Order: sequence, then structure tokens, then C-alpha cells
Amino acid sequence: MTTPILEIRNLHAGIEGMDIIKGIDLTINAGEVHSIMGPNGSGKSTLAQILAGRDAYEISEGEVLYNGKDLLDMDPNVRACEGVFMAFQYPVEIPGVKMTQFLKAAVNSIREHHGKEALDAVELMGLFKEKAKLLDLPNDLMKRAVNEGFSGGEKKRAEIFQMAVLDPTFCVLDETDSGLDIDALRTVAEGVNTMRNDKRGFLVITHYQRLLDYIVPDHVHVMVDGKIVRSGGKELALELEDKGYSWVDEKLAGAAG
Amino acid sequence: MTTMTQNQTMRDNSWLLTELPESVIEHDAARMPKWLADIRRSAFRQFTADGLPSAKQEKWRQINLRPIRETAFGLPADGATDVSEAEVVGHSLPFVDAVRLVFVNGRYAAELSDARAMPSGVTVQTIREALKSESTILETHLTKYVNADDDPFVSLNTALLDDGVVVHIEKNITCDTPIYLLCITTAADGPIITHPRNLIIAEDGAQATIVEDYVGTDGEVYLTNAVTELVVGEDAHLHHYLLERESDAAFNVSTLTAYHKTSSTLSSHTVLLGGALVRNNVNPIIDGEHCHSLLNGLYIGRGKQHIDNLMRVEHRKPNCESRQFYKGILTDESRGVFAGRIIVSRDAQKIDAVQSNQSLLLSEAARANSMPQLEIYADDVKCTHGATIGELDEEALFYLESRGLAEPQAKAMLVHAFAGESLERMNLPVVQEALLQMLTQRLPFTSAANV
Repeated sequence: MTTPILEIRNLHAGIEGMDIIKGIDLTINAGEVHSIMGPNGSGKSTLAQILAGRDAYEISEGEVLYNGKDLLDMDPNVRACEGVFMAFQYPVEIPGVKMTQFLKAAVNSIREHHGKEALDAVELMGLFKEKAKLLDLPNDLMKRAVNEGFSGGEKKRAEIFQMAVLDPTFCVLDETDSGLDIDALRTVAEGVNTMRNDKRGFLVITHYQRLLDYIVPDHVHVMVDGKIVRSGGKELALELEDKGYSWVDEKLAGAAG
Repeated sequence: MTTMTQNQTMRDNSWLLTELPESVIEHDAARMPKWLADIRRSAFRQFTADGLPSAKQEKWRQINLRPIRETAFGLPADGATDVSEAEVVGHSLPFVDAVRLVFVNGRYAAELSDARAMPSGVTVQTIREALKSESTILETHLTKYVNADDDPFVSLNTALLDDGVVVHIEKNITCDTPIYLLCITTAADGPIITHPRNLIIAEDGAQATIVEDYVGTDGEVYLTNAVTELVVGEDAHLHHYLLERESDAAFNVSTLTAYHKTSSTLSSHTVLLGGALVRNNVNPIIDGEHCHSLLNGLYIGRGKQHIDNLMRVEHRKPNCESRQFYKGILTDESRGVFAGRIIVSRDAQKIDAVQSNQSLLLSEAARANSMPQLEIYADDVKCTHGATIGELDEEALFYLESRGLAEPQAKAMLVHAFAGESLERMNLPVVQEALLQMLTQRLPFTSAANV
């Protein structure tokens, strides 16, 4: 049996004494796209942040294994170097740091981690150009400061562009669809779809089913109040779209009663 | 090269700043024109009457001058210096096309300078040379602009002014060659005090770039007390750079006064890196309409450095703009102070004045103070001021780390970005690149990181 890319076992976590994640189990194998859907406040984004290494959250119980290694023990940069990538729901604007300068440092940090030689400016520009084309990014974006003055759509496309450049093994997309019009959504989804292969795993977090029309998941999980309450195939997303999250809540209430 | 003079023998005796022998002033008077000897005497009387400032005086409230008060400074001796060409090159910014005037311990060092032929219409002399020449520029302008009120350091500089540069750019002349003043203070028998004094006159329509650079031998205690007066003629544009990178044990007090005529532009760039105690006074006097005055500053404190900035922007005429952008990066137990005063006279309507001071604190013990002071007597003006004091942005830091950058590298990138804004306002690539390297050496996190 091959080692899963990601194994979340009985994860409990919170912030400032408040429980947010209340016991999650999830296994993602290479080649799989999993989607977590859920209402606002269900803990979806918290889970994404924990996977990326945000230290604001306290892990009270459970573990997360990444390729069999303890993910929670790794610093955020080590996770990135090991192949974890999170596309931010709200990409941070960083005035004064140029996109190229930032990505150059990121690419070469990751290469150094794997004992590879740094890419020179020409090789990097070639790589950026190729991936920018994929995401239909305006040329001047690379010359600008990281996310500064980017439109909502540009920010999200730039996240997927970074993902393409950094070539991760496990990708978390945290509500990448929020704030995107249908054209931008399609571009972003195409970017993600070209990266799908049998070595990579994806966790696509979304509030709406719409994104999953374009990035078709293998597995759909419904998260409510810090727990995964239902799991199924892609048809679960459609069912949710049809009946709304109250349907899950009612089923839960029914099961409890 | 120089034999021991009576002058030197006398000056070898250390003297306390507060007990400055009047005989020095009188001794020098013998080789100076009467007008200058009189100015020096009068300034000396002012200095002895005022004494060193006390913390009760508003302009000096945030700075503890005790280390200066308690040091027995001596005046530098005239004569040969033991600074080698190699040392000068080591200190020097790598200009390829600049006129370089080197001062060692406050005295012009001709043999170390590179006073190449200036374009016609541009005169660069030392004060001592100018006094010997026919030029009346010194007598006409010297001390006419700088404000000595509440500032005994200015009085002291005037009382003891003896060397520095006089630059004259004639009408409508653009001087493309930067004029670079490198002031080096080296080890002496005891702590010395120097009084560099510069006068830069840009006549109507003239343009020039002046770079003042203060350096010293590592670990030496001394006090540089510099005063520069600029006159920016009608439609003239002066670019002025002040780089303070003194020894970490030294003191530096500098005063820059710029007198603006109609439609003139000043771009003042100040970078303060060295010194245990640093006071930076910048005072544009905007006495013509349609002027633009930019005060761009960056100060970086570490160890126990205290860096104190006092801006005094005087708007005397209507329809002008002034911009103050000062940024501080403070680590260890350093302290940065910014006091920015904007004074708008009653008739100076339609003034657009902006003041911004941002401080980045990189350690628990570092401190920053920011004090905007607006004195506005006109009723139709736009004055905005803002101050921020903060740490590195946690969100930005996490974003960078989550892309593979190790924490020190991510921090370095953010610190550089913060400083970068100040560098981008400059327009001398040599200075910008040199500063970038200096920042990398000085800032925490950055020396290890490849940014």
C-alpha cells in the first residue's frame, strides 16, 4: 500500500481557548482531488491555515501526516519546501517586495532544500513567463509589488500562478473561487486542472458548488461546526447545491434525535 | 609635510567644551577677514551665554546630551594626516564621475581629494581657499540663513568654523557631476570635535547634486558638528544627500538649512546609520511661491544608538508644497525620535504640506517617538501628518514563509521593502546601491539572507 499524501487523524484545534476543529479525519492519496464544503464559520479556512503552518492555532489533539511525516512539527517554510502549498483566501499585499524578487527567493529556497542548484535570472524568467501564460496574467504583474493593487481576480490568479511555479505535491485552495467572476473562475480552474496528475493531491475548500463544476473532485466532504459530517462523491456537491446546508443540518438533527 | 606650529602645540591641550578658551577664536582671527572674525566672536558670545542645551528646552527634550557634556573634546590639530589613499577609497562611495573633496578631522586634505575640472559656471572651493580669493560669496551668504535660536551647536559651529566647502553654481548652469564631500574623523590623542561648514549657492535656474558623507574610525569617540547652508535660486533644483555613518561611539549633530526662492526645488535625502548620539536638523525656509521641498529620511538604530530628527519646515509664501517622509528602523535598545514642525505664515495660503513618519521596531527594547507639530497661521492650507510605529506585519511574514522562505529571509525581505521606499525616492544610483549594501550589513536578519 502506498503512503497517502495527507492523513489527518482526529484533529482538534482552536484559537484562544475556543475550539474550532473538533475531530477531523481525512486521508488524501496521490492523484486525488478532495473538496471540503461547508457553511461560513464551519472551520474550513482554519483547517487550511493549520495545514499551511499558521502558528496562531493551538492543536489540542490528533496529528497530521504528510507523506508519512509529522506535518505539524514542521515550520511553514519547511512545509513549503517539502511540497505543501496553500492558495490564500485573502492574499496579502506586500508593498516594496516585487513579485519576481519574492518568487525568485521562494523557488530557490525550495530548490536549495532539495539540494538543487539555484536557477539564474534567465531560467527563472522563462519559468515565470510560461506559467503566467497559463493563468493569463498581465505582463506587468510580475514587475509589481506582491499582490499590491491587484484586483480580486488578479490576486486569485496570481495564487494559482505561484502554485504552478512552485510545483507543489499537495495543494490547498482556500476559497479560491470567492470574489471571482465566471471568466476568472474558468481561468483559475483550468490552471488547477493542468496541474492535476497522479502524483499530486488537492484539497479544494469552497463555500459554493460552482467551482466544482470546473474542478471536478473525486471526493466531497461536508464540514459543519468543526467536523466532517458527510463524505461522498462529486454528486454530494450537487445535492448540497440543490438542498442547501440546512439539509445537512436537518439530517444531523434527525440522526441525533 | 607640515612642521609643528605654535597653533598645534596649543591645541594639543584638551579643553572642555563648556570652557572653550576665547584665545582660540582670537588666535584664528589673525588670519581671517574682519567680517568673519566678528561673526565668530559674536557666535562665540552666543554659545557661552547659552551653554549646551538642557532637556528643559523643547527642541532638546528627547535627547540626553550628557555623553557629549561629559566628554572633554579637543580641537583637531592643523597639519598632516595619517590617512592613506587606500583608507579613503575604502570609505568612499564608488562614484566614477564625482568631484571628491576629502576632509580629515575637519581639515581639507588636498592630496586625498579629486577636484577634477568642473564645468564652467561651477566653482567648488574650500572655505579657506574662498577667503583668499576675490569671491564675495562667503561674506554675502555665510550665516545669513541658518537659525541659531535655541541651538548652541549652530553657534558653536559658527564660532569655530574654519573649513568646509563653498559651492557656487552660476545662473542656468546644470552641474551633472555630483559634488561629493567625504568627511573622515580618525583616531586622535583624545576625543576631538570638528565643525564642518558648507555653503552651497545655486543661482537662478541652476541644478546640482551635493553629497555629504560622514565616516570615522571604528570605535573612536568624537563629535562632528556640521552646518550646511543651501540657497536654492529661482527655478533652481538642488539635490542634497547626507549620509551619516560615523563610528558607533561617536556623536554627530548636523544642521541643514535650505533657503528657497521662487519656483525652486529641494530634494533632501538623509540616511543616518552610525553614531551613538545623532541629531539631524533639517530646516527649509520656503520664501518664494511655487516651491517644492522634499525631505526624505531613513534612520537605522541598533545597540544603544539614539537618533533624533528635528524638521522645521517654514512656509513663508503661498502656493508651495513640502513633503516630509522619514522612516526609522530600530532594533536592540536603540531609540529613534522624529519631531516635525510645519510653520505656515499668515500669508502663505494654498500650502500643501505632508508629513509622514513611520517606525519599524524590530526588538522589544527598541523605542520610537514621533511628534508632529503644526503651527498654522493661514486659513486656506492643506497640512497632513501621519505617524505609525509598528512591528513587522505577521500576515506578510506568514505569507512569505508559507512560500518557502525561512523566517530570517522573510523578515529581511520585509525590512528591506520598508527601507526601499526611502531609497527609491533618491536619484543617484551609486548612493542607492551603496546604501542597499550598507543596509544588508547593518540590519538584523539580512546579513545571512540573500535578498
